[in-house]
Amino acid sequence: MTHGRVSMAALVLAAIAGSALGAADSTVNTYGEIANPALQARYEHVTQDLRCLVCQNESIADSNVELASDLRRQVREMLIAGKSDDEIFKFMTDRYGEFVRFNPPLTPKTWLIWGAPFIMVVVGAIVIIRVARHRASLPVDDEPAPETK
Amino acid sequence: MWKFVIPVAAFVALAVLFALGLNPKRDIHALPSPLIGKEAPAFDLTDVMDPSRHVDNAALKGQVYVLNVWGTWCFECRAEHDELLAIARQHVVPLIGLDYMDQREKAREWLTQLGNPYQGVGFDTDGRTAINWGVYGAPETYLVDGHGRILYKFISPITPEVWEREFLPRISAAQRSGS
Repeated sequence: MTHGRVSMAALVLAAIAGSALGAADSTVNTYGEIANPALQARYEHVTQDLRCLVCQNESIADSNVELASDLRRQVREMLIAGKSDDEIFKFMTDRYGEFVRFNPPLTPKTWLIWGAPFIMVVVGAIVIIRVARHRASLPVDDEPAPETK
Repeated sequence: MWKFVIPVAAFVALAVLFALGLNPKRDIHALPSPLIGKEAPAFDLTDVMDPSRHVDNAALKGQVYVLNVWGTWCFECRAEHDELLAIARQHVVPLIGLDYMDQREKAREWLTQLGNPYQGVGFDTDGRTAINWGVYGAPETYLVDGHGRILYKFISPITPEVWEREFLPRISAAQRSGS
């Protein structure tokens, strides 16, 4: 309980500090960079993970398409408004679907994508073990004859 | 036994995968909308033709309507324009336009010259309405039911075949199910 109260107090303090800094934080320079470096770092991280749906293989951070710049503006505004990264990702996937994320979260629908490499390693290991056991059970005279010169 | 079953199962799995993946009718760029079955995002925009008029979907509540996203920069929107005019003449369903990433002057000129199939055309100044609707290109066409839920989304120009096959049955079902 004490711990809970302490973290609540910290949250309230952070909120007060945040709103006091708010004015400076929300400044955006002509290059579209947010004055607050922490927000700018999160902005770069989030926009790298969102797919530009027009080009589909570029992130909205890299794309010059108008939709990408509209979505970058959306991300910037949400960050300045104090939204978390997860809230921004949810905003995007609610509208554009999971495909908008380059890094799809682990859900029942995507477990196969994430699990496939491990499944392949396990299947490969089983095959190797079986082949090796089979070889080990072969008679010794199966060795190739020594080369003759 | 397994020597037979495993290769056959692997073959069937691959055949199904290829049949789905190589289907020529499948548009790999068309993305399913997560908004299907959900409430249509609210918008309140000014009309392209008359900025003093509002185009908002609150006013359309209780009605089945079609929202068509277009822009004068969009080549394929020109291709579907005649079909939109034909749809408007059928008076089956109100057709609402969403002018996306466009200039008002150009849009007005386009509708004056080619004819205006829309009951109202919202001017999406900064693309925010489009983002809320999950628009990522044009033309895109949404069907909204009488409860204000998105029933269907079609990406690409509307042709008479698409209208008859995809839209009309859904529209009459939605209109019958009480709007």
